[in-house]
Amino acid sequence: MTYLTKPKLHHPKLPQNELGFTRRDYEGAVSTLCAGCGHDSISGAIIQACFELSLPPHRVAKLSGIGCSSKTPTYFLGASHGFNSVHGRMPSVLTGANLANRELIYMGVSGDGDSASIGLGQFAHCIRRGVNMVYIVENNGVYGLTKGQFSATADKGSKSKKGVGNQDSPIDMVSMAVLLGATFVARSFSGDKEQLVPLIKAAIEHRGAAFIDCISPCVAFNNHPDSTKSYDYVRAHNEAVNYLDVIEGRDEITLDQAPGTVELVRQHDGSYLKLRKLAAGYDPTSKIAAMNYLQERHEAGEIVTGLLYLDREAEDMHDRLGTVPTPLNALGEAELCPGSAALAKVNASLR
Amino acid sequence: MLGEQSAREGVDLAERPPVGAGMPPTDIRNPDYFHKVVDCQWACPAHTPVPEYIRLIAAGRYTDAYMVNWRSNVFPGILGRTCDRPCEPACRRGRVEAEPVAICRLKRVAADNKNDVAAFLPKAPVVKNGKRVALVGAGPASLTVARDLAPLGYEIVIFDSERRGGGMIRSQIPRFRLPEEVIDEEVGYIVGIGNIETRYGQRIDSLKALLAENFDAIFVGTGAPRGRDLEVPGRKEGGANIHIGIDWLSSVSFGHIEKIGRRVIVLGGGNTAMDCCRTARRLGGDEVKVVVRSGFEEMKASPWEKEDAMHEGIPILNYLVPMAFTLAHGRLSGVVFEKVAAKLDDKGRRQLVPTGEPDVTIECDDVLVAIGQENAFPWIERDIGIEFDRWGMPKVDANTMQSTNSKVFFGGDSAFGPKNIIWAVAHGHEAAISIDKFCRGENVSTRPPPMTTLISQKMGIHEWSYDNAISLDHRYRVPLRDQAVSLKNLKAEVELGFDRQLGYAETQRCLNCDVQTVFTRDLCIECDACVDICPTDCITFTVNGPEDELRTRLQAPALNLTQDLYVSDALKTGRVMVKDEDVCLHCGLCAERCPTGAWDMQKFLLDMTHASGKPACQRA
Ligand SMILES: Cc1cc2nc3c(=O)[nH]c(=O)nc-3n(C[C@H](O)[C@H](O)[C@H](O)COP(=O)(O)OP(=O)(O)OC[C@H]3O[C@@H](n4cnc5c(N)ncnc54)[C@H](O)[C@@H]3O)c2cc1C
Ligand SMILES: Cc1ncc(C[n+]2csc(CCOP(=O)(O)OP(=O)(O)O)c2C)c(N)n1
Ligand code: SF4
Ligand code: SF4
Ligand code: SF4
Ligand SMILES: [Mg+2]
Repeated sequence: MTYLTKPKLHHPKLPQNELGFTRRDYEGAVSTLCAGCGHDSISGAIIQACFELSLPPHRVAKLSGIGCSSKTPTYFLGASHGFNSVHGRMPSVLTGANLANRELIYMGVSGDGDSASIGLGQFAHCIRRGVNMVYIVENNGVYGLTKGQFSATADKGSKSKKGVGNQDSPIDMVSMAVLLGATFVARSFSGDKEQLVPLIKAAIEHRGAAFIDCISPCVAFNNHPDSTKSYDYVRAHNEAVNYLDVIEGRDEITLDQAPGTVELVRQHDGSYLKLRKLAAGYDPTSKIAAMNYLQERHEAGEIVTGLLYLDREAEDMHDRLGTVPTPLNALGEAELCPGSAALAKVNASLR
Repeated sequence: MLGEQSAREGVDLAERPPVGAGMPPTDIRNPDYFHKVVDCQWACPAHTPVPEYIRLIAAGRYTDAYMVNWRSNVFPGILGRTCDRPCEPACRRGRVEAEPVAICRLKRVAADNKNDVAAFLPKAPVVKNGKRVALVGAGPASLTVARDLAPLGYEIVIFDSERRGGGMIRSQIPRFRLPEEVIDEEVGYIVGIGNIETRYGQRIDSLKALLAENFDAIFVGTGAPRGRDLEVPGRKEGGANIHIGIDWLSSVSFGHIEKIGRRVIVLGGGNTAMDCCRTARRLGGDEVKVVVRSGFEEMKASPWEKEDAMHEGIPILNYLVPMAFTLAHGRLSGVVFEKVAAKLDDKGRRQLVPTGEPDVTIECDDVLVAIGQENAFPWIERDIGIEFDRWGMPKVDANTMQSTNSKVFFGGDSAFGPKNIIWAVAHGHEAAISIDKFCRGENVSTRPPPMTTLISQKMGIHEWSYDNAISLDHRYRVPLRDQAVSLKNLKAEVELGFDRQLGYAETQRCLNCDVQTVFTRDLCIECDACVDICPTDCITFTVNGPEDELRTRLQAPALNLTQDLYVSDALKTGRVMVKDEDVCLHCGLCAERCPTGAWDMQKFLLDMTHASGKPACQRA
């Protein structure tokens, strides 16, 4: 951290987006995390993604639980809505908010402790309900905020800073998310913004439950040589299956690379994602293939990153529930309280 | 999952770009590298350590700030009011915000608020070194030579045709810009060193004769004393009311002229014209106009000089070429001007071409001609080994200031034509080094390297021994004296100077560009924390490449080619760290954020080496 606020002065050539904002306008308060924390890079990537998408900051809601990762919404999108919930309860607060107002962009930011330990049940149900959101887990394999205890995503055999080995099986949140019905699932690395920023943009654009497991080294407690979530280890074992370009409305769709290395994936809403494929033959639209590939590469000791699964026919919670599209805060008394005649009608239909 | 192979090794296997494809790592041991980052110091001809003195002012250490200046530029009080300030257009602040730091006027804050500096000034040694050096002219160039050589034991003799020292600082710069006491004080500090004999009132009419007096070396600092005249019809007939600007200004300075007509035309667009018009305004010229051939932007005067003149109600008329002086009853009555416009010729050069409109006549009582200054060396014989070029300028080595007669050195306006005080000082320092080497039989062309130190400013995790917070204040204006007073009194200084409070606020705008970002490749874990925090997008981690290509794909494109890229050796991922020095705020946030201390903020202090009186091997 630093005691200085980041000076307002910026590069004279800093670009502006369609709204006339610069990237700096999407920043938040200066981070209080440890210097070098991967979480700060993820905040940087979120800032960049929102800037590039020209999102009006007041249309975004950031929600989080407890942990260093869950503190980060303070450090980006300073002009957006925010809710810092209790430990592990971000998913239900987000679900509730989304039910009440589907017009905001929901960004759930959590940690591996927040989501894979205390909040595991909340995580599961939020995903399987198909809440339209971006759910990012800033995964460092430890409880950073409480000084580095192993979290449920720590790999078996990986050692703590003091040299104690982890005996328990890790939870792979990516595999869980695919199984639970997330319609956009990705893994990335805080140290690879080239991959991460487009993934966040695509996740924001995706209508449905989008989950990103982002490996994010904890410099204070989990960046030593025997860690499997250190900068060096992740760099050495990172197997990116693809890199993504988000095709925004005005961009021309061209395939300039050699055939077979680039694929256009059409989404349900008619938009396209451009995939630069690194692992030949990897098909992110097949659930079974994705599951197989993930397990196989895990056995080989690799960390697979990229867009891992995409359901092109995604739908969200509101589609299933048939809820009213207007945000509740915009409904008048007449709609919210239609009167005793309407109640009688409902009751009659249930008799 | 944890194999034998350590994570580090695995990363080392990462692909690297082909050798030779990219920029070589920056050699920060080359003193020029970090010196260039200190834009103001690099731009200052005397290389004054600007941020160092600005911090001293902020700390209230005015005397120390003054002495830092005095060592480099010799005339802080004078320059703090009059310098041409090449440092300010170079100042980094001007690239990240509207205006540069008021570097020049802060110098004056140090001068105005210092205590007695006598104890810090050098004294001539009791035992002399037996060498005698003659200095012709007592302007800033000669005085700098005297200051550098007298403390080393040289016996100095200064000749000047005027009665007092200071050269054009005294004869030309008007008192409302520079009070006489300031000149007396700072010229006095030099003469007070001792071993300096001033032969004021003695003009040198023959260099040959002076050479015959057996000085060990002679320095010529006689300036560019001749004002260019305007030979157009009516010049002779109207002569009584047509004055050469610099002659007129010195006559005013020395009290020989005390008034001028009511309507005055000043011809010319340089700083001399600005001083002429403002002086005329104070001597009875109610209607003073400056008339210039060129456009407003192309005028040679500094922007602030033009502003000051206009602020005193003096209009500047552009694109008018003087064609003739008109007379009435045998007396000057006006000037006829041809109207011109700027056009590009077929080679793309700007040309002033007549518009064809009718000529304009502007009536006046007096004209001041300020259209340029020339050198004149009628007193230097052409058969004493000093070669002149076809423009009548002596052939002088730009590094050593030596002429083709190895005993004779030049500096200031006499060397390469009219410049300004700070260049005269810089020449003086170089000439003193050469004279010292020459007198000791050393090769004058090997120059002493500057003295540099590079010291970490880290005091604690978030503490630095410099104030790294960035002030967002805009440039402060120097308070001015009420015009009701200043326009009536030639000697009333117009600028009142910053008081301590304003001065302090202005110091906070300085970005401390001498506190360098120093990168240690081996410590970097490539976490990107520095990239994310940097407010001005200076830092990029990327694959190396040729400079012109690399410049295009940084965090922000590095389009200012005058600013260097700081490139590291290859990192573990095979990428390199590239920092564009252009708009770095020197805020230290990269170093505060870096988990491993790969970035450190280190103060780079560069002091120019002046004449030392010792062979290179004995210098401290
Ligand atoms: C009107 C005007 C305003 C200026 N304002 C500024 C300003 O605001 N800031 C700035 O930086 N610069 C200014 N300058 C320029 C600056 O004054 C000169 O560049 C500077 O003084 C040059 O210094 P110097 O040491 O070369 O010689 P000078 O200052 O020109 O001094 C030369 C001295 O040599 C003497 N001399 C000449 N020939 C002989 C001889 N044969 N024998 C004996 N003595 C001789 C002269 O009497 C004179 O005293 C101004 C110039 C003019 C004309
Ligand atoms: C109900 C409850 N139980 C326990 C805690 C203590 N606690 C605070 S943060 C944290 C773990 C956070 O880990 P993670 O989500 O991985 O965040 P990180 O700090 O690693 O980013 C725990 C257990 C708490 N705040 N509240
Ligand atoms: S403790 Fe770890 S997770 Fe928390 S801020 Fe520090 S480095 Fe980041
Ligand atoms: S000191 Fe560091 S963080 Fe600050 S502007 Fe310069 S490079 Fe950026
Ligand atoms: S913060 Fe330090 S360790 Fe991290 S990338 Fe920058 S220099 Fe390297
Ligand atoms: Mg964690």
